[in-house]
Amino acid sequence: MPSQLVNEYFRTENLPHIWCPGCGNGIVTRAIIKAIDNLNLNKDDVCIVSGIGCSSRASGYLDFNTLHTTHGRALAFATGVKLANPKLNVIVITGDGDCSAIGGNHLIHAARRNIDITTVVFNNNIYGMTGGQYSPTTPTGDKGTTAPYGNIDMNFDLCNLAKAAGSTYVSRGTIFNPNMLIKQVEEGIKNKGFSFIEAITTCPTYYGRKNKKGEAVDMMIYLKENAVNVAAYDKLTDEQKEGKFVIGELYKGSKPEYTEEYNKIIESFSKER
Amino acid sequence: MSTKTEQTLNVDKKWCKGCGICVAFCPKDVLEIKDGKVNIKDLEACIKCGQCELRCPDYAIYLGGK
Repeated sequence: MPSQLVNEYFRTENLPHIWCPGCGNGIVTRAIIKAIDNLNLNKDDVCIVSGIGCSSRASGYLDFNTLHTTHGRALAFATGVKLANPKLNVIVITGDGDCSAIGGNHLIHAARRNIDITTVVFNNNIYGMTGGQYSPTTPTGDKGTTAPYGNIDMNFDLCNLAKAAGSTYVSRGTIFNPNMLIKQVEEGIKNKGFSFIEAITTCPTYYGRKNKKGEAVDMMIYLKENAVNVAAYDKLTDEQKEGKFVIGELYKGSKPEYTEEYNKIIESFSKER
Repeated sequence: MSTKTEQTLNVDKKWCKGCGICVAFCPKDVLEIKDGKVNIKDLEACIKCGQCELRCPDYAIYLGGK
């Protein structure tokens, strides 16, 4: 018998999930449903849309309106869902590859439009499902099956990308601190506009093994020791920032929301009749 | 929701994949991995902080019920 929370929001008949031992995806998924629970949202008013990849399997386990779409296109489908029914709380679950490589264009344009969608990116720095190829967020120098001598690409800072593209809520959390992540998802859902939450998670099976990062626990300790809250991070010198990364709420803004603007056009015509 | 005093620690071994995250981050050393699965070794020491539940990727350990 699972916990009340899991029983309420999961299709428990599909559990246990397929994620590897120590994979952080389950922690992020729980954080999302806990945020939904805290906000007391009606399950029928929530639509979870996912793309393809390990993270995107989450939609199949969750008991809401769910849509498991094609690779990289979760945001495109989610845009359609949101425009068809703007009352829905549309939450996109995607991975670093799905979101920023295959779906990179959808990401920047969804952010640019400031459409009221909450996107949670499970960033595990690698393509796990297909066997450990390097992704746009694999740190420079790290290894993947397609980068056996180290990745020569510069890696994306997804939060900077989302902010620059026009998101009105941007934050980063880690699976070491799920309470922060829960709060961030809550804020993202509450924000009337495009919300981008980067959840740093772990892939012990591929990214961890390829880069000798140890077991799941070692990878979580790494997150604990190297994630620095934004207020403290800003006070660090460039030298002290070396090897650290910033977490917390990174941007909050306000802009016209896409579906509202769209409906204004529709309304302007209905008045003329 | 049950109050903190009414809560107990529950383990579902069928869902546990033995990653050891709950064991590592339990502040009171309540848990251990035994035969590849989580095992409650010292329930008396549990302070019901819920850190294990928050970080269990497999929903195999949680506080709840009476």
